[in-house]
Amino acid sequence: MAQIFHPLTNVVSRATIFGALLMAAGALWLIYMITTSDYANQVSVVRAQPVDFSHEHHVSGLGLDCRYCHLSVENSAFAGVPATEICMNCHSQIWSDSPKLAPVRESFRTGMPLKWTRVNDLPDFVHFHHGIHIQKGIQCRTCHGDMEKMPLTWKAGTLHMRWCLDCHRSPEDHVGPRSAVFANSANPLVSTAEDFAEIEKYQVRKQTNCSACHY
Amino acid sequence: MLTKGLPRGWIFGFAISFALTMMLTWSLVYLLVKGTGIWGINIPIGWGFAIINFVWWIGIGHAGTLISAVLLLFRQDWRTSINRFAEAMTLFAVACAGIFPLMHMGRPWLAYWMVPYPNTMAIWPQFRSALVWDVFAVSTYASVSLLFWYVGLVPDLATLRDRAQNKYSKFAFGVFALGWRNSARHWHRYHRAYLLLAALATPLVVSVHTIVGFDFATSLIPGWHNTMFPPYFVAGAVFSGFAMVATLSIPLRYIYNLQDFITERHLDNMGKVMLATGLMVAYGYVMEGFYAWYSANEYETYMQVNRMVGPYAPAYWALIFCNIIVPQLLWSHKCRTTPWILFLITLVISVGMWLERFVIVVTSLHRDFLPSSWDMYYPTAWDWMTYIGTIGLFFALLFIFIRILPMISLFEMRELVEQTTKAAEAVQSPENAGPDSPARRK
Repeated sequence: MAQIFHPLTNVVSRATIFGALLMAAGALWLIYMITTSDYANQVSVVRAQPVDFSHEHHVSGLGLDCRYCHLSVENSAFAGVPATEICMNCHSQIWSDSPKLAPVRESFRTGMPLKWTRVNDLPDFVHFHHGIHIQKGIQCRTCHGDMEKMPLTWKAGTLHMRWCLDCHRSPEDHVGPRSAVFANSANPLVSTAEDFAEIEKYQVRKQTNCSACHY
Repeated sequence: MLTKGLPRGWIFGFAISFALTMMLTWSLVYLLVKGTGIWGINIPIGWGFAIINFVWWIGIGHAGTLISAVLLLFRQDWRTSINRFAEAMTLFAVACAGIFPLMHMGRPWLAYWMVPYPNTMAIWPQFRSALVWDVFAVSTYASVSLLFWYVGLVPDLATLRDRAQNKYSKFAFGVFALGWRNSARHWHRYHRAYLLLAALATPLVVSVHTIVGFDFATSLIPGWHNTMFPPYFVAGAVFSGFAMVATLSIPLRYIYNLQDFITERHLDNMGKVMLATGLMVAYGYVMEGFYAWYSANEYETYMQVNRMVGPYAPAYWALIFCNIIVPQLLWSHKCRTTPWILFLITLVISVGMWLERFVIVVTSLHRDFLPSSWDMYYPTAWDWMTYIGTIGLFFALLFIFIRILPMISLFEMRELVEQTTKAAEAVQSPENAGPDSPARRK
């Protein structure tokens, strides 16, 4: 009877038995690496904005407080993106002719708000409240990174559910005194025994059930 | 049946079942577009047809594993002529069953969330949920059944490769025959592997439907919360599975003249298994009534009374008729060995076992603890189309199977001929032993 297959087929078929396992494992590994990569999650990636706003210049250079622009961060779910008028408080006087600020002046004249691109954008099925985190002594920089070192704005964390839960399940290094919430990297957070007591009081660890955020 | 030319009956049967499969595709696509709202499910009856049909199909699959694995280990050589297509039937039934819970999820594209894998959500599946147990039980069942069926096919695939007429089928059968050359070493390894797989598959006969029984029993719903469920479900599964094997084998032996292979003895044995498991199921129904009374729990009692005289009472009494009364005919040897009577009985049993799941799912759920949440369940046209569509898919796969693969194991029949011929030679003169007579002489 004539041979159907080339003798090489034996080698190929043996290789494919283990090759298939390796390929499957490799494919899963690749998918995992892609979904958790900074590239796929836009971490440390600068997003284009209508105006090249520099947090570095305004915070480190000029010493503005976060709350000067993000007005509702202490009380509301949404930290608040400043209205054009807040920019114009200063920029009607300084750099009032800068071509870089032309969109701001245009917005002020027409009343059409600037269309900022959201950098830290949670999906709509997650309810996150800024106010409660500020009130319980979570520093801005815990989630947002060193904003005072960002000439243009990027995301510091993946915003994955795991990212939220990692902190809620072991909050020891992240909860500090309320007075230190708006501190920058020059004053790193030092958690004390009092803070640990507060973690228990605030029941931070209990806020990991589904309906804490998905309701 | 593996030679050239397509018989007209095959084309006709395949055309109908293929059309039904297309209807299934259509109803599933519409389901994905619109969501599970097109089904008749509501709150409190959240399970509906999806779970009824899932349990029904999974149950049917059980006969294949039982015949292949358990009867192999018990050296019941009469299994040889029905094991191949019973195993194929298992695979196709599991494929049909799998569709339902997947689609019932509502967002089947996220079904992989049921699998524990490293994820960005930092959560695991809920291991205390019977739904997760189902995923493991059914996927293990499907993969072991597939392996068992395939390993059993390898020597036959080699025969088909050697007899193939054109080079494409020679190549295709050649790839799947894995270089089988009929050497003694191949046979030695084959028998080892087959026995090991049979040992692996044996616990699955019990475990899969036990887990399906847990889906119900671990809840707190009256009529479900019952320690009897796992064994009662396993018995019901074997009952419906053997009914389906008989439903399929009786027409097949007529159409393809297999009376020498699937003999009256086979029909007789299948009838006996159905009678035994049918009596176990009947015991289950009686016990459900007993528990309702003995528990002195008003919800349990009400559930049982509601089953018997409530709005779904016709389904309950039809189920008692189909699963308890009709199978009593199987006490008679004549009924067991008269193909058309047995065929009708198996059809009735299949309907009865479907009704059983309907009654368990719907009557337990539709009268919730609070009368304010009571509701009725009416399946919609989409429910029926999906259900009938899976029956179409099942038969379409079966038609393809009997067309391209040997539905009776070739080499096992040869072995049986060899053994019985030797046995016959030992006791009597060799003239009576013809090559096609082993089963007839039993």
